[in-house]
Amino acid sequence: MKLLYFAWLRVRIGHAEEDLALPAGVHDVAGLLDWLRGRGGGYAEALRDVAVVRVAVNQEYVGRDHPISDRDEVAIFPPMTGG
Amino acid sequence: MIRVQREDFDIGRELDRLAAGDHSVGGVASFIGLVRDMGGPEPVSALTLEHYPGMTEKKLAEIEAEANRRWPLSASLIVHRYGRLEPGDRIVLVATASPHREAALAACHFLIDWLKTDAPFWKSEATPEGERWVAARTEDDAAARRWREEQ
Repeated sequence: MKLLYFAWLRVRIGHAEEDLALPAGVHDVAGLLDWLRGRGGGYAEALRDVAVVRVAVNQEYVGRDHPISDRDEVAIFPPMTGG
Repeated sequence: MIRVQREDFDIGRELDRLAAGDHSVGGVASFIGLVRDMGGPEPVSALTLEHYPGMTEKKLAEIEAEANRRWPLSASLIVHRYGRLEPGDRIVLVATASPHREAALAACHFLIDWLKTDAPFWKSEATPEGERWVAARTEDDAAARRWREEQ
């Protein structure tokens, strides 16, 4: 899958995107966020307060129980501040 | 029509073009968002807008389609800039044209409220203390939610 990070999540994680094989045991957004936080370092710091983080799968906003597959584009970002 | 661009836009030209040739249009409403020099307690010398290319265009098109579903618009336009901007620079233009002013004004208000909370843009401010990410405002969420309740 393709992972994209924006705004302060991108800064704390240290890069804007990466390709990742779906980790074993990860089936939904909540599982992916837990798995990423478990990588430690910038990931743990960026995802420490995971409740504020928003997620889009294939460019649609989704909830924590949304399923994840190996072909998905998953974007992780803070609340939007456009306009 | 929607456009996401780094460049500035010419307000007069954009508004003229919106209703050009359509004599059923009775009014054009517009909102222009500008960079303020005081977002928080410290002066802001620049604002950098980051966005999610692809999803931004998709969400703006959805928001525009929703406005056209709710109000009888003859034309609508959203131009949103990204990149580094300075105080006084234009960030966004929302414009709506309709036979009647009520629809044009309401749709314009709806579009700016919704794009603040639904379009994937993020602002970072340059201040004397360094770069600071702008936090989402609960007032903006409340403003966008009002339109959902009125649906």
